[in-house]
Parts: sequence; C-alpha cells; structure tokens
Amino acid sequence: MKPINEVKINLLSCSSNESFARVAVASFIAQLDPTIEEINDIKTAVSEAVTNCIVHAYKERIDTVYITVSIFDNRVVKITVRDKGCGIDDVKKAMEPLFTTAGGERAGLGFAVMESFMDKLSVRSKSGKGTTVTMTKQLSFRARSNG
Amino acid sequence: MPVNIDVTGEVLTARLEGELDHHAAVAIRQEIDNTIDSARPTLVIIDFRNLTFMDSSGIGLVMGRYKKTQEIGAELHIANTSPQIYKVMRLSGIERLAVIDKGGYKNETNK
Ligand SMILES: Nc1ncnc2c1ncn2[C@@H]1O[C@H](COP(=O)(O)OP(=O)(O)OP(=O)(O)O)[C@@H](O)[C@H]1O
Ligand SMILES: [Mg+2]
Repeated sequence: MKPINEVKINLLSCSSNESFARVAVASFIAQLDPTIEEINDIKTAVSEAVTNCIVHAYKERIDTVYITVSIFDNRVVKITVRDKGCGIDDVKKAMEPLFTTAGGERAGLGFAVMESFMDKLSVRSKSGKGTTVTMTKQLSFRARSNG
Repeated sequence: MPVNIDVTGEVLTARLEGELDHHAAVAIRQEIDNTIDSARPTLVIIDFRNLTFMDSSGIGLVMGRYKKTQEIGAELHIANTSPQIYKVMRLSGIERLAVIDKGGYKNETNK
C-alpha cells in the first residue's frame, strides 16, 4: 500500500537528538489531528527506538539513525527506525521485558513500551549489519470539533 | 537544572522538570544521588508534576533510586505522575515497591 504522505528524517546518533526525533515525528503526525494520548504514545515509542540506536547500535561511535514516518489511508501511521549498527543476535530474547545487555540503569523495558504504546511492532536485525524497528498505530476516528 | 532538590528535615524532595529521557537522565541521577549521600534522608519523594515527558530511561532512574533508598533504609515515594508518565511507569511494576501518588491527576483516566 502506498502512503498518502511521508517524511524521512536522518539524524546523527547524538543523545541530544532524542528529543528532536520525537518532536519532529509528533509534528508530522499533527496533520491527522490525533488525541493528546495518541501523540504521547507515538512520542514515547519513537524515543525508545531512537534511544536504542544511540545506546546500543552505535555504542562506540556516532552514526546515522534513519527515521521514516508514513501516513496511510484510514488514519494509519507507520514509523520505521533503522540503524546500521551492531545488530541483535537474538531478537526474541531482546524483546523480552526486563532483558538488557547494557549496564548502568537501563530497565530493559524499551521494547515493552513500544509494544504496548503502538498497535504493531516488528524488529528485524542482522548481527553486525543493523536493526530495523517498524511500528504502526491506528489513530481513532473521533468526532472533530469545528474549526 | 532539570531537577530541583529540597531537603526539609529527613525528607528529600526531588522535583523533576522538563523531559526525562536517556540524554537528561545522567545529570538528574547524579544530582539526586549526591544530595541523598550528603543529606541521608529517611524519605525520598520524586515529584513528577513539572515533568512533561518520560520514557523507559525514567523507569531506570526510578528503579535505581529505589535501590539506593533501600540501601540506606529510606522510603521512596513517587508523586504527581501525569497520565503519560503513569502509563510508562506502570510497566515497571514499581507500584509494588514504592508509593505512587497521582496527586492532581487522580481523576483522569489512567488506564
Ligand atoms: N537498535 C539496536 N541495536 C542493537 N541492539 C539493540 C537495539 N535495540 C535494542 N537492542 C538490544 O535489545 C535489548 C533490549 O532493548 P530495550 O529497549 O527493551 O531495553 P534497554 O534499551 O536495554 O533498556 P531501556 O530501554 O529500558 O532503557 C538491549 O539491551 C540491546 O541489547
Ligand atoms: Mg531501550
């Protein structure tokens, strides 16, 4: 299916770009007049995916994070976050709640957040090649206020 | 500063401000821990009223402070979580470990 609108955002994996990424995605989605909860859900999921690229995929370097936001008919939003980083050996295990390979204070809940805040989450990864996270969400058809 | 800390007697209140993500978490954590170390409180309150966004990095911060308060025998309370923040927070199961007070957000749907 072809999107009715789409934007691509490429950014360097500096942690200061985490807030830019979620705000940029949210402002593109704004054309659909989503609810505040929908906007917050999407911002949170994007923040998780982009942070994973910065913290895990490009742990030792600064490289590019590729974000694509597509809008389809019937108010469906699809967001792809891709990196060319270290990849994930065992995707199924990585997606289990509380699983983390990072020390420090990572909760291991990023994928759990993406899963519960979006309708669909798919993760494709190749060790040493990179990871693609695809998330979709159906926005509600609420009655619009005038104006 | 993304966190404003106040110590009154044995109560340490850390008021978070702005957005709490991986980028912001480091400085906030250091500031809170430094003050805990010097003030030795028996109750630590993390107040989310002025926080506008949080992702799982915030869970890491809260769980880390939970461990820290356990170590010194203090209690941890979480206050004024907005619906967005509560929705993230509840995935951690922190409710079983610390008191959460939704404050003024009580009447909103926090499904
Ligand atoms: N883009 C990625 N590239 C490489 N590894 C990844 C990537 N995304 C996730 N991972 C791996 O999957 C694990 C789980 O990710 P998840 O986001 O659920 O938790 P976390 O990032 O470790 O902690 P949190 O997100 O709660 O701070 C990570 O610890 C990491 O090993
Ligand atoms: Mg993560």
